[in-house]
Amino acid sequence: METLNFRFNSKPAPPAADPALCGVVGSGNLEILIRPGDAPGVCQVRIKTSARGFGEIWQAVVGAFAADHLAGGTMVEINDMGATPAVVSLRLAQVLAEYRGGVQ
Amino acid sequence: MTRSTRKSWFEATARTRIAGLLDAGSFCEIMPPAESQPSPHLAQLDLPGAFDDGVVIGCGQIEKRPVFVAAQEGQFMGGAVGEIHGAKMVGLLRRAVEEKPAAVVLLIDSGGVRLHEANAGLIAISEIMRAVLDARAAGLPVIALVGGSCGAFGGMGIVAKLCSAIVISEEGRLALSGPEVIETVAGVEEFDARDRALVWRVTGGKHRYLMGDCAALVEDDIPAFRAGAAELLAAWREPEPGIAQLRARQKMLEDRLAAYGDFRDGLQVWAALGVAQPETVPSIDRDSLVALKEGLPT
Repeated sequence: METLNFRFNSKPAPPAADPALCGVVGSGNLEILIRPGDAPGVCQVRIKTSARGFGEIWQAVVGAFAADHLAGGTMVEINDMGATPAVVSLRLAQVLAEYRGGVQ
Repeated sequence: MTRSTRKSWFEATARTRIAGLLDAGSFCEIMPPAESQPSPHLAQLDLPGAFDDGVVIGCGQIEKRPVFVAAQEGQFMGGAVGEIHGAKMVGLLRRAVEEKPAAVVLLIDSGGVRLHEANAGLIAISEIMRAVLDARAAGLPVIALVGGSCGAFGGMGIVAKLCSAIVISEEGRLALSGPEVIETVAGVEEFDARDRALVWRVTGGKHRYLMGDCAALVEDDIPAFRAGAAELLAAWREPEPGIAQLRARQKMLEDRLAAYGDFRDGLQVWAALGVAQPETVPSIDRDSLVALKEGLPT
């Protein structure tokens, strides 16, 4: 297992009442928990992944998410069981939408 | 109902099953992911955990009746029971004894003990068994729903059978040792775990229903599980625990072993039960199977 910590600048997300969760820690999948963070312009990310040595790819995928979405002021925690970058991107968009009170 | 209009219970996650089982908006989670803690045992083994440790617990309603629910997530480590996972289920059952909802509903989807957690997992399972029996002794029905991809095996197979009643789908499976375990221990001549049709003829929902191990057989559909659970809840009276009832149950099991113990396949058992064309059982639909069971000699 590898633990990765990142902080990305991101435009502030509208404040949300409750944390949100999506996904499952299953083969090729991951779960993401999002809740309010400590700095309004920062998306803080903590990843625990079963696959070692993919830090640069995680940085690129989550960095692109933080740049493209209003994800500032959040703390994002990920438990990963070998999800591909495409799955990670979809899950990040999904959890942010749920956090902002969107889709169920 | 066509397959395309079904909301498969088998394929759904634990959270999706709870959302479809309970009255809309009634679920209130106890120890939600943001307040829970992943397994320290998995972390020691350098494996990622899940925030809820693979089980979702809480309170809600089924057709306005208050219930407590626990749903195992089969996609996380095969729904296996670790220390925190087990403690959440035990805590829920104990709280139910104090708060007296109409029932506790266990959405079982598990291969049994989480072997990574060794003794802690074994103890957790035995504590769940005791908590189920304590709840029933207090007059509280405990209903098991079995239709997930991991079935109900090992210790969770025992827990399922300790419950007041079981609702199962054709896709659901219920047994003690899993097919792969039997094959590994006793050899492929004893049981071929790759023969999926055989696995279902021996452990699957239709077989369990025909044998009288499950109170209801439902389609692999979330609303069907909800309707099945609601129907049981409406009619269920938890019997007074008593020695006479246990003796009768023991006798029934002894008779079953004497009658079917030498059989190798569900087909033989169904023929002995009086099913005229046992080979058709795997392919007939749910309603036909229920009608077939009702027509069997008792």
